[in-house]
Amino acid sequence: MITIVENSIDLDSVVRSVEDPAAGGVVLFLGTTRQFTRGRETLSLDYDCYREMALAKMEQLAEQARQRWPIVRCSLVHRIGHLGLTEASVAVAVSTPHRADAFDAAEWLIDELKKSVPIWKKENWADGTSQWVHPGSESS
Amino acid sequence: MKVNVQLFAAARDAAGTKSVSVLLHNHGTVRDLRAALIQDYPQLAAWVGIARFAVNMEYAIDDTALSLSDDVAMIPPVSGG
Repeated sequence: MITIVENSIDLDSVVRSVEDPAAGGVVLFLGTTRQFTRGRETLSLDYDCYREMALAKMEQLAEQARQRWPIVRCSLVHRIGHLGLTEASVAVAVSTPHRADAFDAAEWLIDELKKSVPIWKKENWADGTSQWVHPGSESS
Repeated sequence: MKVNVQLFAAARDAAGTKSVSVLLHNHGTVRDLRAALIQDYPQLAAWVGIARFAVNMEYAIDDTALSLSDDVAMIPPVSGG
């Protein structure tokens, strides 16, 4: 499952999408909305994306991961729009025959997603200002 | 040739619009596009310097030549996840 959604990520469906009799382990990573970044308070986040390209890049990452690890199934789901504290903006789920590969592949997938997939996060700070985050102004 | 450039996130806010267009000579490159954007849309200049450009949904290099039918987008540093 590779998708971009506007509402809450359905975690059950993400996990179900990687279930398989060949798998001995499932790793689910969630990126969630954090209240404090270097002492600065966040009230909420807004995400924007270049949807067609983001989906194409997510598909490419999944394919690259399949070439590096013995992945049975893998899913990438990103949420866009407005998110409150604690809500999940991204889900990465990987199933593999043995758990070590699932941990490694899931970590690689979220790291690469953050580098190359055209999605952007805006911090809505508690002081009333808002700011698009980019590496360097970093809060990701 | 006229090249339309899709804008997102900070660049969209800076320009106040979802896309802008510039005139380039035929076979103009991404490098030429950067220069034209800075000239025609100075409010985008800060972002043009640090953005990547996508041509037909793949990241391009500055030497990439553009053609009329290309889908071009300006990609400020990404911050998904």
